[in-house]
Amino acid sequence: MRKFLLYTNLSVLFGMFLSACVTINIYFPAAAAEKAADKIIGEVWQLEETEE
Amino acid sequence: MNRAIPYLLLLALFLLSQVVYADANANLEVNTPAIASVKQSMQDRHAQLVTYYEGGAVGFTKDGLLALRDASVVPLAQRQAVNALISAENQDRNVLYREIARANNHPEWENNIRTTFGQRWIKLAKAGWWYQAANGSWAKK
Repeated sequence: MRKFLLYTNLSVLFGMFLSACVTINIYFPAAAAEKAADKIIGEVWQLEETEE
Repeated sequence: MNRAIPYLLLLALFLLSQVVYADANANLEVNTPAIASVKQSMQDRHAQLVTYYEGGAVGFTKDGLLALRDASVVPLAQRQAVNALISAENQDRNVLYREIARANNHPEWENNIRTTFGQRWIKLAKAGWWYQAANGSWAKK
Protein backbone atom coordinates (compact mmCIF):
# COMPACT_ATOMS: atom_id res chain seq x y z
CA MET A 1 0.00 0.00 0.00
CA ARG A 2 2.74 2.42 1.03
CA LYS A 3 4.75 1.53 -2.00
CA PHE A 4 1.75 2.13 -4.23
CA LEU A 5 1.24 5.55 -2.71
CA LEU A 6 4.85 6.42 -3.36
CA TYR A 7 4.52 5.42 -7.00
CA THR A 8 1.36 7.50 -7.32
CA ASN A 9 3.09 10.51 -5.87
CA LEU A 10 6.01 10.05 -8.18
CA SER A 11 3.79 9.69 -11.21
CA VAL A 12 1.90 12.87 -10.27
CA LEU A 13 5.17 14.75 -10.01
CA PHE A 14 6.38 13.31 -13.27
CA GLY A 15 3.11 14.27 -14.96
CA MET A 16 3.45 17.83 -13.68
CA PHE A 17 7.01 17.94 -14.92
CA LEU A 18 6.02 16.72 -18.38
CA SER A 19 3.14 19.15 -18.76
CA ALA A 20 5.33 22.01 -17.52
CA CYS A 21 7.70 21.19 -20.36
CA VAL A 22 4.85 21.53 -22.81
CA THR A 23 3.69 24.82 -21.30
CA ILE A 24 7.02 26.57 -21.75
CA ASN A 25 6.42 27.34 -25.36
CA ILE A 26 9.92 27.33 -26.78
CA TYR A 27 8.88 26.70 -30.35
CA PHE A 28 8.09 29.67 -32.56
CA PRO A 29 4.35 29.60 -33.44
CA ALA A 30 4.75 30.09 -37.19
CA ALA A 31 1.06 29.88 -38.06
CA ALA A 32 0.07 32.42 -35.40
CA ALA A 33 2.86 34.74 -36.55
CA GLU A 34 1.65 34.56 -40.13
CA LYS A 35 -1.87 35.40 -39.03
CA ALA A 36 -0.62 38.34 -36.97
CA ALA A 37 1.54 39.55 -39.88
CA ASP A 38 -1.38 39.44 -42.31
CA LYS A 39 -3.54 41.39 -39.89
CA ILE A 40 -0.95 44.12 -39.38
CA ILE A 41 -0.05 44.34 -43.07
CA GLY A 42 -3.74 44.58 -43.90
CA GLU A 43 -4.05 47.53 -41.54
CA VAL A 44 -0.91 49.31 -42.70
CA TRP A 45 -1.76 48.90 -46.38
CA GLN A 46 -5.49 49.28 -45.71
CA LEU A 47 -6.34 46.18 -47.72
CA GLU A 48 -9.89 44.93 -47.98
CA GLU A 49 -10.58 41.72 -46.06
CA THR A 50 -11.18 39.83 -49.28
CA GLU A 51 -8.10 41.10 -51.03
CA GLU A 52 -5.04 38.86 -51.28
CA MET B 1 -5.90 1.71 -3.55
CA ASN B 2 -8.72 4.22 -3.06
CA ARG B 3 -6.26 6.73 -1.67
CA ALA B 4 -4.72 7.05 -5.09
CA ILE B 5 -7.88 8.40 -6.69
CA PRO B 6 -7.55 12.03 -5.50
CA TYR B 7 -4.02 12.13 -6.85
CA LEU B 8 -5.06 10.78 -10.22
CA LEU B 9 -7.92 13.28 -10.32
CA LEU B 10 -5.51 16.09 -9.50
CA LEU B 11 -3.20 14.94 -12.27
CA ALA B 12 -6.05 14.83 -14.78
CA LEU B 13 -7.17 18.34 -13.82
CA PHE B 14 -3.66 19.67 -14.06
CA LEU B 15 -3.14 18.20 -17.52
CA LEU B 16 -6.48 19.61 -18.66
CA SER B 17 -5.54 23.09 -17.46
CA GLN B 18 -2.32 22.88 -19.48
CA VAL B 19 -4.27 22.08 -22.64
CA VAL B 20 -6.54 25.09 -22.08
CA TYR B 21 -3.52 27.28 -21.48
CA ALA B 22 -1.81 26.13 -24.67
CA ASP B 23 -4.98 26.87 -26.62
CA ALA B 24 -5.11 30.44 -25.35
CA ASN B 25 -1.63 30.85 -26.79
CA ALA B 26 -2.74 30.15 -30.35
CA ASN B 27 -2.64 33.87 -31.17
CA LEU B 28 0.27 36.26 -30.89
CA GLU B 29 -0.23 39.37 -28.79
CA VAL B 30 -0.14 42.38 -31.13
CA ASN B 31 -2.27 44.88 -29.20
CA THR B 32 0.15 46.99 -27.24
CA PRO B 33 0.48 50.79 -27.30
CA ALA B 34 3.97 50.52 -28.84
CA ILE B 35 2.75 48.31 -31.69
CA ALA B 36 -0.31 50.50 -32.28
CA SER B 37 1.76 53.66 -32.56
CA VAL B 38 4.33 52.18 -34.95
CA LYS B 39 1.49 50.72 -37.03
CA GLN B 40 -0.16 54.14 -37.27
CA SER B 41 3.06 55.78 -38.37
CA MET B 42 3.60 53.11 -41.05
CA GLN B 43 0.02 53.50 -42.24
CA ASP B 44 0.50 57.27 -42.63
CA ARG B 45 3.73 56.73 -44.54
CA HIS B 46 2.27 54.14 -46.90
CA ALA B 47 0.49 56.71 -49.06
CA GLN B 48 3.85 58.28 -49.90
CA LEU B 49 5.67 54.99 -50.40
CA VAL B 50 3.10 53.38 -52.67
CA THR B 51 4.14 55.56 -55.64
CA TYR B 52 7.67 54.27 -55.33
CA TYR B 53 6.53 50.64 -54.99
CA GLU B 54 4.59 51.05 -58.23
CA GLY B 55 7.42 52.84 -60.01
CA GLY B 56 9.91 50.14 -59.01
CA ALA B 57 12.19 52.53 -57.15
CA VAL B 58 11.61 50.78 -53.84
CA GLY B 59 11.43 47.03 -53.30
CA PHE B 60 10.83 44.60 -50.46
CA THR B 61 13.82 42.78 -49.11
CA LYS B 62 13.62 39.17 -47.98
CA ASP B 63 14.36 40.22 -44.39
CA GLY B 64 11.19 42.26 -44.04
CA LEU B 65 12.57 45.71 -44.87
CA LEU B 66 12.60 48.15 -47.79
CA ALA B 67 15.50 48.95 -50.09
CA LEU B 68 16.17 51.41 -52.87
CA ARG B 69 16.04 49.08 -55.84
CA ASP B 70 16.51 51.49 -58.72
CA ALA B 71 17.42 55.09 -58.00
CA SER B 72 17.39 55.97 -61.70
CA VAL B 73 13.58 55.98 -61.86
CA VAL B 74 13.42 58.66 -59.17
CA PRO B 75 13.90 62.28 -60.24
CA LEU B 76 17.06 63.68 -58.72
CA ALA B 77 15.14 66.18 -56.63
CA GLN B 78 13.16 63.38 -54.93
CA ARG B 79 15.99 60.97 -54.18
CA GLN B 80 16.76 62.34 -50.77
CA ALA B 81 13.10 62.21 -49.82
CA VAL B 82 12.87 58.56 -50.95
CA ASN B 83 15.90 57.60 -48.92
CA ALA B 84 14.46 59.33 -45.88
CA LEU B 85 11.16 57.49 -46.36
CA ILE B 86 12.93 54.13 -46.64
CA SER B 87 15.03 54.70 -43.59
CA ALA B 88 12.08 55.88 -41.50
CA GLU B 89 10.00 52.90 -42.64
CA ASN B 90 12.79 50.44 -41.88
CA GLN B 91 13.21 51.93 -38.45
CA ASP B 92 9.50 51.46 -37.78
CA ARG B 93 9.56 47.91 -39.13
CA ASN B 94 12.46 46.97 -36.88
CA VAL B 95 10.61 48.40 -33.90
CA LEU B 96 7.48 46.48 -34.95
CA TYR B 97 9.27 43.12 -35.10
CA ARG B 98 11.02 43.72 -31.81
CA GLU B 99 7.86 44.89 -30.05
CA ILE B 100 5.82 41.89 -31.19
CA ALA B 101 8.51 39.55 -29.88
CA ARG B 102 8.63 41.43 -26.59
CA ALA B 103 4.85 41.63 -26.23
CA ASN B 104 4.82 37.83 -26.36
CA ASN B 105 7.60 37.49 -23.79
CA HIS B 106 9.95 35.96 -26.33
CA PRO B 107 12.46 38.63 -27.41
CA GLU B 108 14.42 35.83 -29.11
CA TRP B 109 11.57 35.43 -31.61
CA GLU B 110 12.40 38.77 -33.24
CA ASN B 111 14.20 37.20 -36.18
CA ASN B 112 11.49 34.60 -36.77
CA ILE B 113 8.91 37.38 -36.77
CA ARG B 114 11.04 39.40 -39.20
CA THR B 115 11.28 36.42 -41.55
CA THR B 116 7.56 35.75 -41.35
CA PHE B 117 6.77 39.40 -42.11
CA GLY B 118 9.31 39.38 -44.93
CA GLN B 119 7.40 36.57 -46.60
CA ARG B 120 3.96 38.10 -45.96
CA TRP B 121 4.78 41.63 -47.19
CA ILE B 122 5.88 40.03 -50.46
CA LYS B 123 2.96 37.65 -50.59
CA LEU B 124 0.45 40.48 -50.09
CA ALA B 125 2.26 42.95 -52.37
CA LYS B 126 0.31 44.09 -55.42
CA ALA B 127 1.18 43.10 -58.99
CA GLY B 128 3.95 45.27 -60.38
CA TRP B 129 5.71 45.78 -57.04
CA TRP B 130 9.29 44.59 -56.69
CA TYR B 131 10.71 42.17 -54.16
CA GLN B 132 13.93 40.40 -53.40
CA ALA B 133 13.91 36.69 -54.17
CA ALA B 134 15.57 34.12 -51.92
CA ASN B 135 18.80 34.34 -53.93
CA GLY B 136 18.93 38.13 -53.49
CA SER B 137 17.94 39.11 -57.03
CA TRP B 138 15.03 41.50 -57.67
CA ALA B 139 11.81 40.21 -59.15
CA LYS B 140 8.53 41.83 -60.14
CA LYS B 141 5.24 40.49 -58.87
